[in-house]
Amino acid sequence: MALLQVEKMTHYFGGLRAVYNYHLSIDTGQIQGLIGPNGAGKSTIFNLITGIYTPTEGDIRLEGKSILGYKPHEVAAMGLGRTFQNMQLWRHMTVLEHVKMARYSKLHYGLLGAFFQTAARNREEAESEKKAHHFLKMFGVDHFADQNIHNLPYGAQRRVEMARALATEPKVLFLDEPTAGMNPEELKQMVATIRRVHEELGLAIFLIEHRLRVVMELCESIQTLVFGEVIAEGTPEEIRNDPKVIEAYLGKDLVE
Amino acid sequence: MEKKKFKMKRTNASQAPVPVRRKGLMRRWFSGIPLLGWFSGILVAVLLEHFLGDALTEVLGLPKIPVLFGFVTMLKKPALMPGSLVFIVLVYLIPVAVTARLGASAANAVAARLIRRSVGLSAGIHLLLLYACLHIWADVSAYRVLTLKLTLIAVMLTLSLNVINGYMGEFSCSHPGFMAVGAYVCSVFTVGLFVNDRIFGQALLPPFLAPYFFPVALILGGSAAAAAALFVAIPSFRTRGDYLAIISLAFMFIVKSVIENLEIIGGPRGLGSQPDLAGLPAVFVWTVLCVWIINNFVRSTLGKALNAVRDDELAAEAMTVNTRRTKMTAFLFAAFWAGVAGGLFAHVLRYVNPGTFGIQRLAEVLAMVYFGGLNSVYGSILGAVGLNLLGEALRPLELFKWILIPLLLILVMIFRPKGLIAFKEFDPKRVLMPRFRSE
Repeated sequence: MALLQVEKMTHYFGGLRAVYNYHLSIDTGQIQGLIGPNGAGKSTIFNLITGIYTPTEGDIRLEGKSILGYKPHEVAAMGLGRTFQNMQLWRHMTVLEHVKMARYSKLHYGLLGAFFQTAARNREEAESEKKAHHFLKMFGVDHFADQNIHNLPYGAQRRVEMARALATEPKVLFLDEPTAGMNPEELKQMVATIRRVHEELGLAIFLIEHRLRVVMELCESIQTLVFGEVIAEGTPEEIRNDPKVIEAYLGKDLVE
Repeated sequence: MEKKKFKMKRTNASQAPVPVRRKGLMRRWFSGIPLLGWFSGILVAVLLEHFLGDALTEVLGLPKIPVLFGFVTMLKKPALMPGSLVFIVLVYLIPVAVTARLGASAANAVAARLIRRSVGLSAGIHLLLLYACLHIWADVSAYRVLTLKLTLIAVMLTLSLNVINGYMGEFSCSHPGFMAVGAYVCSVFTVGLFVNDRIFGQALLPPFLAPYFFPVALILGGSAAAAAALFVAIPSFRTRGDYLAIISLAFMFIVKSVIENLEIIGGPRGLGSQPDLAGLPAVFVWTVLCVWIINNFVRSTLGKALNAVRDDELAAEAMTVNTRRTKMTAFLFAAFWAGVAGGLFAHVLRYVNPGTFGIQRLAEVLAMVYFGGLNSVYGSILGAVGLNLLGEALRPLELFKWILIPLLLILVMIFRPKGLIAFKEFDPKRVLMPRFRSE
């Protein structure tokens, strides 16, 4: 049984068919890639699996249990952590607060603790702060901990966003274009970081990427999505040489 | 070799004359004074006023002690201006400054010792000192007592509205409504139980029990306000946007007209004869409790979730934050404190009528929130105290008061769009710490 299994998922936005008959199966420790031209429906697939939209048809199972119909925060707490294409950071919060926030579902002190500063609250907050520093160190941004997120350079913000996603302690990490807008140097670092995190934590990663080079380098298996349908699936080598993929990316004339 | 060179360079740089930005004389003179020092300075000043005030007014030719730092006296009778100014300088400015400065090292030592013992103890002593100052200051006249009580209630209202409008970033207009619910529920409870009233009949309990039941009455009032808040929260938190503003505004008017049409609680004539329960100590304790609990809440991860919801709700959801529950609890929580403030308000004035809880009250509270600063406890305290005292001090200007205060608000909005002290965390431990003199 795969860790995360998606079967026959189809989704319509009104009359528009955004995703059609989508299948996915990710095992622990696997890096799965998803590529496709603009507007193919890649981010929609992320939003469907993480509970932001509910698919029109199909089933999504995490460790054999259907997660269909759960709210995004419940799905996140079950173990699907994610980052966003245009980093969705909180404008007025510090770096440390970002990562601590991701541990929301792991706090049990409740409202009374929040109101009256009970011992349980102090203990749990201290623990979550320790964990947050741990994740920040993993991405080399711990020295920014007390800074406001907007004082950080772009690459560091991306790292904080990933640290935040990992702080939810996901089983599958969803990365939506983690190298978007990065220069070649930052890109190289990001690829190395993703690989290191993958090796250290041994979690499954589901990656959307625009840049073929990055996907080819990281993923063991890649799907190509065009107009909501998977047109090709396989190892990086197979995908690279698949005429349908080349056609989707470069156009028919060039192939001929 | 490379390393050595680098090191040399650095030492050179540090030896170069760095232009030092000199602080102003005032800044240097008053740096290094802990909160304890200021409080003792104020205590000296109010004691001085208490014992020597009358004698001094006679010498200066003033009719009585200037009640609000001479503002009212000076605006009413400009001829008394020099006398009032001398009084302020002699009684307030000089004693506070001198005591704070000369006692700074002693105050620092005491503050350091207290904070090492425990933060709670230190906070308790600071609050006791603050209360002593306020009590002695207010003792001079009944007007001062009333102004002070209303100011403290305004602090509660402003801070609780800040939870919704500042921390959560929604726009709620229903605070006067919650206040009205709290005021009436609390009043009905105390009047019904402890007063021989025309409407509710004989008192059910002997009046000497009333002070013990007052907290119960206030909590009941707050809970009723929180329950009423559900009517606003359930429909409006399904989505984000302007719905809350509209629904909450409607709620405020509904509450007002419901009360106006309920003859049993006095209708538009209002409800009076509340027992005299809200003395200065009670109001002070409830205000401190309110500030403490709200500050605890907004500094916890559960409270910070409000900021996350405000800045990016989608990201908050993805990071396991239950955004709907977060918004609901914060809204009910804020309504609770508005209700408690309403209950206190009713017992301070010992009379309420529905007209008090209209659009004018809403404008006042909103102004205090946005003037003081969003997302900040300091801001709410400053906004409530500042606008309340200013409103009282400028009262002799009559109509011009309503030109001056809005003008001030416009200026604040132009130069500090988020309020005077926005987005600043209130850390009690930091505030109580001893200060070291900066050069």
